[in-house]
Amino acid sequence: MLRVQNVGVRFGGIVALDDVSFEVPSGSIVGLIGPNGAGKTTLFNCLSRLYECGSGDILFDGESLLRIPRHRVAAVGIGRTFQNLALFRSMTVLDNIMVGRHCRTGTGFFMNFLRPPAVAHEEQATAEKARALISLMQLDAVAGMRVSDLPFGTQKRVELARALASEPKLLLLDEPASGLNHEEVGALGLLIRDIRVRLKLTVLLVEHHMSLVMSISDRVVALNFGRKIAEGTPAEVQQHPELIQAYLGGAA
Amino acid sequence: MSRRDILGVVALLAGACVLPFVVSEYRTFQFTLVLVYAIALLGLNILTGYNGQISLGHGAFYAIGAYCAAILMDKYGVPYWATIPVAGAVCLVAGFLFGLPALRLEGLYLALATFALGVSLPQLLKYHHLEAWTGGVQGITITKPDAPAFITELGLALDQDQWLYFFTLAVAVVMFVLARNLLRGRIGRAMVAIRDNHIAAEAMGVDNAMVKSLTFGISAMYTGVAGALSAIAIQFVAPDSFNIFLSITFLVGIVIGGLASISGALYGALFIQFIPNVADEISKAAPWAIFGLFLIGFVYVMPAGVAGAIRMAMARLQRKRQNP
Repeated sequence: MLRVQNVGVRFGGIVALDDVSFEVPSGSIVGLIGPNGAGKTTLFNCLSRLYECGSGDILFDGESLLRIPRHRVAAVGIGRTFQNLALFRSMTVLDNIMVGRHCRTGTGFFMNFLRPPAVAHEEQATAEKARALISLMQLDAVAGMRVSDLPFGTQKRVELARALASEPKLLLLDEPASGLNHEEVGALGLLIRDIRVRLKLTVLLVEHHMSLVMSISDRVVALNFGRKIAEGTPAEVQQHPELIQAYLGGAA
Repeated sequence: MSRRDILGVVALLAGACVLPFVVSEYRTFQFTLVLVYAIALLGLNILTGYNGQISLGHGAFYAIGAYCAAILMDKYGVPYWATIPVAGAVCLVAGFLFGLPALRLEGLYLALATFALGVSLPQLLKYHHLEAWTGGVQGITITKPDAPAFITELGLALDQDQWLYFFTLAVAVVMFVLARNLLRGRIGRAMVAIRDNHIAAEAMGVDNAMVKSLTFGISAMYTGVAGALSAIAIQFVAPDSFNIFLSITFLVGIVIGGLASISGALYGALFIQFIPNVADEISKAAPWAIFGLFLIGFVYVMPAGVAGAIRMAMARLQRKRQNP
């Protein structure tokens, strides 16, 4: 489904990504791991077109992502969450999730001004889809509240719901477990596996929480200093000497 | 809309319809200007309040709208009512075109660019090659329209000021309804999303560049329509009535009224129309000092604007009613 081919990114003299290649097969959960500064988020930002790749190509369903503009990424079927939450803070939970359906709806300025029945109907359908996700994420009690008034863990669920609202084929999760407590991490793992089956998703996640990555991923890709150092099943990657060295230091 | 909101709007409209029959001619004229300002403020609020783009130059679009109306009526004999959509369309295009390069500017830098527009336009209006149309420093005088025949046939005797008030009220109602449609739907959400987090908005599929520049156009259109109405109401346009102070006054109006609020435009309009008069009555020597005190007082007491204060009071009332 997603094929990253020899991707390289430089910021000035710093090589953030160097010739990275891997594949995310349809229907799988792939974990992307590595120490801080390894290039994981840089890669994510290439996938959502926030950064330009200096070299290489990224293919999604056989077509190059590098040829489409940033605001079309959601429409081709890639949804994402952000490392430090990027919610629309002043909006309610419901409205946030409804923005998530922006790429699946199409009425423009003129039609919205006049708001004929077709627009009202589209709005209603959007709200219904959003409400279904609110139930799925157990956000019913807070649906009408401003997201900035909610606790961090709840905001993370809102962000996930917003990403799902665009009906993605590929879901990119940037550190979904960060800031969550032990129980919440366990619940998150179950949730990700559940929605993968239920919504027929492919998932690529960046995560520091090793037990989460290793328990839910089908495959794991490890980066360090912008290079891929290991790839395989969680069991294989865990044994990889370069990874152990990257995490635990030289003497391993 | 809740039932209480509908009742509120109906009461407001009923009050607005009775108003010109119970107050003096001059007050009627003042309330006409309140409605005009409300439309202009709504336009600026769509841009600044909802979309987060600061404009210190909306007086320029107000001026363009006013000159459109004046030139069309004076030079081409176009009926006053027909100049309104033309002024709106011209400002829509002007605003959209200005919004394109403005895409590269954020926050205070955009404020400076729009300031440049607001400062320069009055002087461009005096430019002597344009004098044939604009009348140069002298400006253009236009005649006040009479109430149309059908009003008299209906048995209503409206003088010019009353008719103009109702005409402006009708335009204002249409503009407010359209704005509400836009802001509560898909596009309105996209505007706020861009203001709150433009990166996430784009990741959700919002075409930021398109939405921002069209929002600039729509905003200018509203302000242009208001400008045209003001020209008709005041019967006169001149470059110096559209100085940079007007642009700043608009910004004051939306902040006092309440950012990102539709009703806030009306409160803000009342403030910028009447508070200077009140200040003038309190002190002839230093009215702007008094105005400044009012401004600070309002901001201090109502940090989210009048609309925000009303919203909070309503919420408190409701909570009290639920658990007394």
